[in-house]
Amino acid sequence: MNNYSQRPIEILLVEDNPGDVRLTREALKEYKMANKLHVVGDGEQAIAFLHKSGAYANKPRPDVILLDLNLPKKDGREVLAEIKEDDLLKQIPVVILTMSQLEEDILTSYDLHANCYITKPLDIAQFIHVVKTIEDFWFSIVKLPVK
Amino acid sequence: MIDNSMLRPVDILLVEDNPADIRLTREALKENKMANNLSVVVDGIEAMNYLRKKGKYAKATKPDIIFLDLNLPKKDGREVLAELKQDKDLKRIPIVILTSSQAEEDILKTYNLHANCYITKPVDFDQFLKVVQSVEDFWLTIVKLPPD
Repeated sequence: MNNYSQRPIEILLVEDNPGDVRLTREALKEYKMANKLHVVGDGEQAIAFLHKSGAYANKPRPDVILLDLNLPKKDGREVLAEIKEDDLLKQIPVVILTMSQLEEDILTSYDLHANCYITKPLDIAQFIHVVKTIEDFWFSIVKLPVK
Repeated sequence: MIDNSMLRPVDILLVEDNPADIRLTREALKENKMANNLSVVVDGIEAMNYLRKKGKYAKATKPDIIFLDLNLPKKDGREVLAELKQDKDLKRIPIVILTSSQAEEDILKTYNLHANCYITKPVDFDQFLKVVQSVEDFWLTIVKLPPD
Protein backbone atom coordinates (compact mmCIF):
# COMPACT_ATOMS: atom_id res chain seq x y z
CA MET A 1 0.00 0.00 0.00
CA ASN A 2 2.88 2.35 0.40
CA ASN A 3 4.03 4.96 -2.04
CA TYR A 4 7.74 5.15 -1.58
CA SER A 5 9.80 2.03 -1.76
CA GLN A 6 12.45 3.81 -3.80
CA ARG A 7 13.30 6.99 -1.96
CA PRO A 8 12.71 8.61 1.42
CA ILE A 9 9.54 10.58 2.03
CA GLU A 10 10.28 14.29 2.11
CA ILE A 11 8.43 16.12 4.87
CA LEU A 12 8.37 19.87 5.37
CA LEU A 13 7.62 20.92 8.94
CA VAL A 14 6.70 24.59 9.36
CA GLU A 15 7.00 25.17 13.09
CA ASP A 16 8.55 27.85 15.26
CA ASN A 17 8.45 26.05 18.59
CA PRO A 18 11.78 24.21 19.14
CA GLY A 19 10.19 21.74 21.57
CA ASP A 20 7.58 20.69 19.00
CA VAL A 21 10.25 20.43 16.30
CA ARG A 22 12.28 18.14 18.52
CA LEU A 23 9.34 15.89 19.39
CA THR A 24 8.29 15.62 15.75
CA ARG A 25 11.83 14.71 14.78
CA GLU A 26 11.97 12.02 17.47
CA ALA A 27 8.67 10.51 16.41
CA LEU A 28 9.84 10.44 12.78
CA LYS A 29 13.18 8.81 13.61
CA GLU A 30 11.40 5.81 15.01
CA TYR A 31 9.21 5.50 11.98
CA LYS A 32 9.45 2.38 9.85
CA MET A 33 9.68 4.17 6.52
CA ALA A 34 12.71 6.18 5.42
CA ASN A 35 11.95 9.87 5.63
CA LYS A 36 13.70 13.21 5.57
CA LEU A 37 12.45 16.03 7.72
CA HIS A 38 13.03 19.62 6.60
CA VAL A 39 12.21 22.31 9.12
CA VAL A 40 11.52 26.00 8.61
CA GLY A 41 10.60 28.35 11.44
CA ASP A 42 8.33 30.89 9.82
CA GLY A 43 5.83 31.37 7.01
CA GLU A 44 8.12 33.35 4.73
CA GLN A 45 10.74 30.62 4.85
CA ALA A 46 8.04 28.04 4.12
CA ILE A 47 7.03 29.83 0.93
CA ALA A 48 10.71 30.32 -0.05
CA PHE A 49 11.35 26.58 0.52
CA LEU A 50 8.38 25.61 -1.64
CA HIS A 51 9.39 27.98 -4.42
CA LYS A 52 13.04 26.91 -4.10
CA SER A 53 14.14 30.49 -3.81
CA GLY A 54 17.46 31.72 -2.43
CA ALA A 55 19.01 29.34 0.08
CA TYR A 56 16.39 26.68 -0.79
CA ALA A 57 17.33 26.31 -4.47
CA ASN A 58 18.42 22.70 -4.05
CA LYS A 59 15.68 21.57 -1.68
CA PRO A 60 13.30 18.84 -2.79
CA ARG A 61 9.59 19.30 -3.25
CA PRO A 62 7.96 17.89 -0.09
CA ASP A 63 5.54 14.96 -0.24
CA VAL A 64 3.62 16.25 2.77
CA ILE A 65 3.62 19.55 4.67
CA LEU A 66 3.02 19.77 8.43
CA LEU A 67 1.94 23.36 9.05
CA ASP A 68 1.50 25.24 12.29
CA LEU A 69 -0.99 28.13 12.20
CA ASN A 70 0.56 30.72 14.47
CA LEU A 71 3.90 31.54 12.90
CA PRO A 72 6.21 34.55 12.77
CA LYS A 73 6.43 36.80 9.70
CA LYS A 74 3.79 35.09 7.61
CA ASP A 75 0.90 33.39 9.31
CA GLY A 76 0.12 29.70 8.69
CA ARG A 77 -3.32 30.62 7.32
CA GLU A 78 -1.70 32.79 4.66
CA VAL A 79 0.80 30.06 3.83
CA LEU A 80 -2.06 27.57 3.48
CA ALA A 81 -4.07 29.90 1.24
CA GLU A 82 -1.04 30.52 -1.01
CA ILE A 83 -0.24 26.82 -1.36
CA LYS A 84 -3.82 25.86 -2.16
CA GLU A 85 -4.19 28.58 -4.79
CA ASP A 86 -0.93 27.68 -6.54
CA ASP A 87 -1.44 25.21 -9.39
CA LEU A 88 2.03 23.78 -8.92
CA LEU A 89 1.77 23.30 -5.16
CA LYS A 90 -1.88 22.72 -4.29
CA GLN A 91 -1.72 18.95 -4.75
CA ILE A 92 0.73 18.58 -1.83
CA PRO A 93 -1.22 17.44 1.25
CA VAL A 94 -1.13 19.99 4.06
CA VAL A 95 -1.70 18.70 7.58
CA ILE A 96 -2.48 21.54 10.00
CA LEU A 97 -0.76 20.76 13.32
CA THR A 98 -1.50 23.45 15.84
CA MET A 99 -2.26 24.27 19.46
CA SER A 100 -5.38 26.12 18.41
CA GLN A 101 -8.71 24.48 19.17
CA LEU A 102 -10.71 27.47 18.00
CA GLU A 103 -13.70 26.55 15.87
CA GLU A 104 -12.92 29.51 13.64
CA ASP A 105 -9.43 28.19 12.93
CA ILE A 106 -10.75 24.72 12.16
CA LEU A 107 -13.41 26.07 9.77
CA THR A 108 -11.11 28.58 8.07
CA SER A 109 -8.46 25.92 7.52
CA TYR A 110 -10.91 23.48 5.90
CA ASP A 111 -12.39 26.30 3.82
CA LEU A 112 -8.88 27.09 2.59
CA HIS A 113 -8.55 23.38 1.64
CA ALA A 114 -6.30 22.12 4.38
CA ASN A 115 -6.22 18.35 3.95
CA CYS A 116 -6.78 17.79 7.65
CA TYR A 117 -6.66 19.65 10.94
CA ILE A 118 -5.00 18.22 14.04
CA THR A 119 -4.66 19.75 17.48
CA LYS A 120 -1.33 19.13 19.20
CA PRO A 121 -1.81 17.43 22.54
CA LEU A 122 0.04 19.06 25.44
CA ASP A 123 1.12 15.71 26.84
CA ILE A 124 4.43 14.56 25.31
CA ALA A 125 3.50 10.88 24.95
CA GLN A 126 0.22 11.88 23.31
CA PHE A 127 2.04 14.29 21.03
CA ILE A 128 4.37 11.54 19.81
CA HIS A 129 1.41 9.19 19.37
CA VAL A 130 -0.40 11.75 17.24
CA VAL A 131 2.66 12.40 15.04
CA LYS A 132 3.14 8.66 14.57
CA THR A 133 -0.50 8.22 13.63
CA ILE A 134 -0.17 11.02 11.08
CA GLU A 135 2.83 9.23 9.60
CA ASP A 136 1.13 5.85 9.49
CA PHE A 137 -1.91 7.29 7.83
CA TRP A 138 -0.30 9.58 5.27
CA PHE A 139 2.67 7.38 4.38
CA SER A 140 1.28 3.87 4.42
CA ILE A 141 -2.49 4.15 3.93
CA VAL A 142 -2.93 7.19 1.71
CA LYS A 143 -1.77 7.40 -1.90
CA LEU A 144 0.21 10.60 -2.22
CA PRO A 145 0.41 12.45 -5.51
CA VAL A 146 3.31 11.35 -7.66
CA LYS A 147 5.84 14.06 -8.35
CA MET B 1 -8.67 12.39 24.61
CA ILE B 2 -8.59 14.02 21.24
CA ASP B 3 -11.85 12.94 19.74
CA ASN B 4 -14.42 15.08 18.05
CA SER B 5 -17.68 13.67 19.09
CA MET B 6 -18.30 13.04 22.72
CA LEU B 7 -21.74 14.51 22.26
CA ARG B 8 -23.18 12.92 19.17
CA PRO B 9 -22.32 10.21 16.67
CA VAL B 10 -20.18 11.09 13.64
CA ASP B 11 -22.30 11.24 10.48
CA ILE B 12 -20.62 9.58 7.53
CA LEU B 13 -21.87 9.65 3.94
CA LEU B 14 -20.60 6.79 1.80
CA VAL B 15 -20.98 7.27 -1.96
CA GLU B 16 -20.43 3.80 -3.38
CA ASP B 17 -22.19 1.64 -5.95
CA ASN B 18 -20.55 -1.69 -5.17
CA PRO B 19 -22.70 -3.66 -2.67
CA ALA B 20 -19.77 -5.71 -1.37
CA ASP B 21 -17.74 -2.59 -0.64
CA ILE B 22 -20.73 -1.04 1.12
CA ARG B 23 -21.09 -4.11 3.28
CA LEU B 24 -17.41 -4.21 4.20
CA THR B 25 -17.34 -0.52 5.04
CA ARG B 26 -20.40 -0.96 7.23
CA GLU B 27 -18.78 -3.89 9.04
CA ALA B 28 -15.56 -1.99 9.61
CA LEU B 29 -17.53 0.96 11.00
CA LYS B 30 -19.52 -1.20 13.38
CA GLU B 31 -16.30 -2.24 15.05
CA ASN B 32 -15.10 1.33 15.42
CA LYS B 33 -14.98 2.65 18.94
CA MET B 34 -16.55 5.96 17.98
CA ALA B 35 -20.31 6.13 17.65
CA ASN B 36 -21.18 6.75 14.03
CA ASN B 37 -24.09 6.84 11.59
CA LEU B 38 -23.44 5.58 8.09
CA SER B 39 -25.64 6.79 5.25
CA VAL B 40 -25.16 5.31 1.81
CA VAL B 41 -25.98 6.64 -1.66
CA VAL B 42 -25.12 4.70 -4.78
CA ASP B 43 -24.54 7.29 -7.48
CA GLY B 44 -23.29 10.83 -7.97
CA ILE B 45 -26.70 12.42 -8.52
CA GLU B 46 -28.03 10.88 -5.31
CA ALA B 47 -24.95 12.18 -3.52
CA MET B 48 -25.63 15.75 -4.65
CA ASN B 49 -29.34 15.45 -3.79
CA TYR B 50 -28.44 14.14 -0.34
CA LEU B 51 -25.99 16.96 0.33
CA ARG B 52 -28.34 19.63 -0.99
CA LYS B 53 -31.27 18.07 0.90
CA LYS B 54 -33.37 17.71 -2.21
CA GLY B 55 -36.52 15.58 -2.54
CA LYS B 56 -36.50 12.57 -0.25
CA TYR B 57 -33.33 13.86 1.41
CA ALA B 58 -34.99 16.98 2.82
CA LYS B 59 -34.29 15.77 6.34
CA ALA B 60 -30.82 14.39 5.72
CA THR B 61 -28.15 15.58 8.14
CA LYS B 62 -25.06 17.28 6.78
CA PRO B 63 -22.32 14.65 7.04
CA ASP B 64 -19.17 15.21 9.07
CA ILE B 65 -17.14 13.35 6.47
CA ILE B 66 -17.69 11.86 3.00
CA PHE B 67 -16.20 8.64 1.61
CA LEU B 68 -16.37 8.99 -2.15
CA ASP B 69 -15.78 6.41 -4.86
CA LEU B 70 -14.59 7.79 -8.21
CA ASN B 71 -16.29 5.54 -10.73
CA LEU B 72 -19.99 5.99 -10.12
CA PRO B 73 -23.15 5.76 -12.19
CA LYS B 74 -25.01 8.87 -13.43
CA LYS B 75 -22.55 11.43 -12.10
CA ASP B 76 -18.90 10.61 -11.80
CA GLY B 77 -17.09 10.92 -8.45
CA ARG B 78 -14.68 13.45 -9.95
CA GLU B 79 -17.61 15.72 -10.85
CA VAL B 80 -19.12 15.29 -7.38
CA LEU B 81 -15.78 16.20 -5.82
CA ALA B 82 -15.35 19.28 -8.02
CA GLU B 83 -18.88 20.52 -7.27
CA LEU B 84 -18.54 20.01 -3.54
CA LYS B 85 -15.16 21.71 -3.27
CA GLN B 86 -16.48 24.77 -5.11
CA ASP B 87 -19.60 25.03 -2.96
CA LYS B 88 -19.05 27.47 -0.13
CA ASP B 89 -21.51 25.66 2.15
CA LEU B 90 -20.14 22.18 1.53
CA LYS B 91 -16.44 22.55 0.70
CA ARG B 92 -15.28 22.24 4.28
CA ILE B 93 -16.59 18.69 4.64
CA PRO B 94 -13.57 16.38 4.39
CA ILE B 95 -13.73 14.04 1.41
CA VAL B 96 -11.82 10.78 1.50
CA ILE B 97 -11.51 9.27 -1.97
CA LEU B 98 -11.91 5.51 -1.62
CA THR B 99 -11.51 3.88 -5.00
CA SER B 100 -10.16 0.91 -6.90
CA SER B 101 -8.30 3.20 -9.25
CA GLN B 102 -4.54 3.35 -8.91
CA ALA B 103 -4.11 5.60 -11.93
CA GLU B 104 -1.58 8.36 -11.25
CA GLU B 105 -3.78 10.72 -13.19
CA ASP B 106 -6.71 10.10 -10.84
CA ILE B 107 -4.54 10.65 -7.78
CA LEU B 108 -3.10 13.92 -9.05
CA LYS B 109 -6.41 15.20 -10.41
CA THR B 110 -8.34 14.54 -7.21
CA TYR B 111 -5.73 16.30 -5.06
CA ASN B 112 -5.91 19.23 -7.45
CA LEU B 113 -9.67 19.26 -6.95
CA HIS B 114 -8.98 19.47 -3.19
CA ALA B 115 -9.81 15.94 -2.14
CA ASN B 116 -8.66 15.66 1.47
CA CYS B 117 -6.97 12.33 0.86
CA TYR B 118 -6.84 9.52 -1.68
CA ILE B 119 -7.01 5.88 -0.73
CA THR B 120 -6.91 2.83 -2.97
CA LYS B 121 -9.20 0.00 -1.91
CA PRO B 122 -7.24 -3.21 -1.50
CA VAL B 123 -8.72 -6.16 -3.37
CA ASP B 124 -8.07 -8.49 -0.44
CA PHE B 125 -10.94 -8.65 2.04
CA ASP B 126 -8.88 -8.42 5.25
CA GLN B 127 -6.73 -5.67 3.83
CA PHE B 128 -9.84 -3.75 2.85
CA LEU B 129 -11.18 -3.92 6.41
CA LYS B 130 -7.83 -2.85 7.79
CA VAL B 131 -7.65 0.16 5.48
CA VAL B 132 -11.21 1.28 6.26
CA GLN B 133 -10.44 0.95 9.96
CA SER B 134 -7.31 3.06 9.59
CA VAL B 135 -9.30 5.70 7.74
CA GLU B 136 -11.85 5.78 10.52
CA ASP B 137 -9.30 5.82 13.31
CA PHE B 138 -7.48 8.68 11.71
CA TRP B 139 -10.45 10.84 10.72
CA LEU B 140 -12.68 10.09 13.68
CA THR B 141 -10.19 10.15 16.53
CA ILE B 142 -7.04 12.06 15.54
CA VAL B 143 -8.37 14.75 13.23
CA LYS B 144 -10.52 17.66 14.32
CA LEU B 145 -13.46 17.64 11.94
CA PRO B 146 -15.14 20.94 11.11
CA PRO B 147 -17.71 21.83 13.74
CA ASP B 148 -21.34 22.42 12.75
